[in-house]
Amino acid sequence: MTDRPIKVLIAKPGLDGHDRGAKVLARGLRDEGFEVVYTGLRQTPEMIATAALQEDVDVVGLSILSGAHMTLVPRVTKLLTERGMDDVLVTVGGIIPDVDVEALREAGVAEVFGPGTTIGQVADFLRANARPRG
Amino acid sequence: MTADAGAKAAALADAAVAGDRLALARLLTAVENRSPIAEAALRSLFPMAGRAHLVGITGPPGSGKSTLVAALIAEARRAGRTVAVIAVDPSSPITGGALLGDRVRMQAYADDGDVFIRSMASRGHAGGLAPTSAAAAAVLDAAGFDLILIETVGTGQSEVEVAAAADTTVVVEAPEMGDEVQAIKAGLLEVADVVVVNKGDKPGAQRTASQLRAMLVATAPRDAGASSSGPRPKRPEVLITTAATGDGIPELLAALDRHRGLDRVGESTAARHTRAEAHVWAILAERLRERLHDDAHATATMALLDEVADHRTDPYTAADLLLGALRSDDA
Ligand SMILES: Nc1nc2c(ncn2[C@@H]2O[C@H](COP(=O)(O)OP(=O)(O)O)[C@@H](O)[C@H]2O)c(=O)[nH]1
Ligand SMILES: [Mg+2]
Repeated sequence: MTDRPIKVLIAKPGLDGHDRGAKVLARGLRDEGFEVVYTGLRQTPEMIATAALQEDVDVVGLSILSGAHMTLVPRVTKLLTERGMDDVLVTVGGIIPDVDVEALREAGVAEVFGPGTTIGQVADFLRANARPRG
Repeated sequence: MTADAGAKAAALADAAVAGDRLALARLLTAVENRSPIAEAALRSLFPMAGRAHLVGITGPPGSGKSTLVAALIAEARRAGRTVAVIAVDPSSPITGGALLGDRVRMQAYADDGDVFIRSMASRGHAGGLAPTSAAAAAVLDAAGFDLILIETVGTGQSEVEVAAAADTTVVVEAPEMGDEVQAIKAGLLEVADVVVVNKGDKPGAQRTASQLRAMLVATAPRDAGASSSGPRPKRPEVLITTAATGDGIPELLAALDRHRGLDRVGESTAARHTRAEAHVWAILAERLRERLHDDAHATATMALLDEVADHRTDPYTAADLLLGALRSDDA
């Protein structure tokens, strides 16, 4: 009833084996006052959508370095929509070529954060765009 | 409460009981936020709860609680039982933020429709965390889960209370955790129904188990509470597990079931009574606070609190006066 902190799921879909960046972001957002659920490496879109639903998060942040964003991200947004979570804000972080950014937006992604983005910038964007539900 | 909240609560409660996981997740959010929707939903769901086995799992950070929860999920699923998990991690008192990382170890069950995992930040709730986790457990219980596992870090008072309020409380230790463990052990062991030495693959597990057994012999068995007529609860069993491989997990689940069986006849009443009392007490305190700050009382309440702050009135007299003010309303 009082201001509930914004709840964020940080997930790493795909097969690349580095989650240092995702962990730094998770800790950084915690320090910015968010409740951050971290799910670890090698998540399938199904696992991410189920976790987002069970946790009832306001934001799903996908961290992708593998280059497979054009297959993985639209599958996540589609599953979220199918399961009634289309009001969840989806963001993507990673090295995404400019040509793909527009396509990701069309697939339902609110913002794409490139390599130089600071945690403060991510936090500001989430505060401005995610409305805590429920 | 508005009619709107009542209707929304009824719809969510009906859907959650019918198996709608999104409705269940949203109800749990309402419970965490202590919203009017949660209260209305709990009124209708509460009579349906009371069938699940509530197991609290606590112990020092890093002892393997989340890994153990994952292993218990696997074992319970093999036995055909449905499982819900509430994994609590601390909120920062300064920023209000929290890092909820327990789920990492349990993600293998993310796609099993008979498993439901929810992470919760402890937040700074007045009256502690126990009323919120008890309400969340009641919702999951009403939704039909057989086994409800509640993981909390065994370092904060409020966190330990959450685990201790379960039907069965498991305290998890790991071998060779040093002096820290000695300090934690004493307080934690008091609430244990089952003690687990996890990381049985590491040297020293047997020795740690023997030390714990010796400590338990030295301390009196857990007090059965007010009812001295019931059977005396048993001294906690000490088991060794290797959560990482699943070794010892079938034995642990059997020990939980055994404790529950025991619980059913005697102690159950003590554990459940304690939980009920804490739950009602927290609500009562909240209700009192609300009434004393409503339009009719707020000014007088604040004035009295100021008098106590200035040492012009003592707190006992103030409490009696506040109770008296409420009583004269009712007259
Ligand atoms: N060797 C060994 N390591 C384990 C075992 N169970 C958990 N761990 C490890 O202990 C660390 C902490 O585990 P976690 O389940 O997160 O502990 P928690 O903080 O108590 O929830 C992780 O690195 C686990 O992989 C076990 O049975 N044996
Ligand atoms: Mg844990």
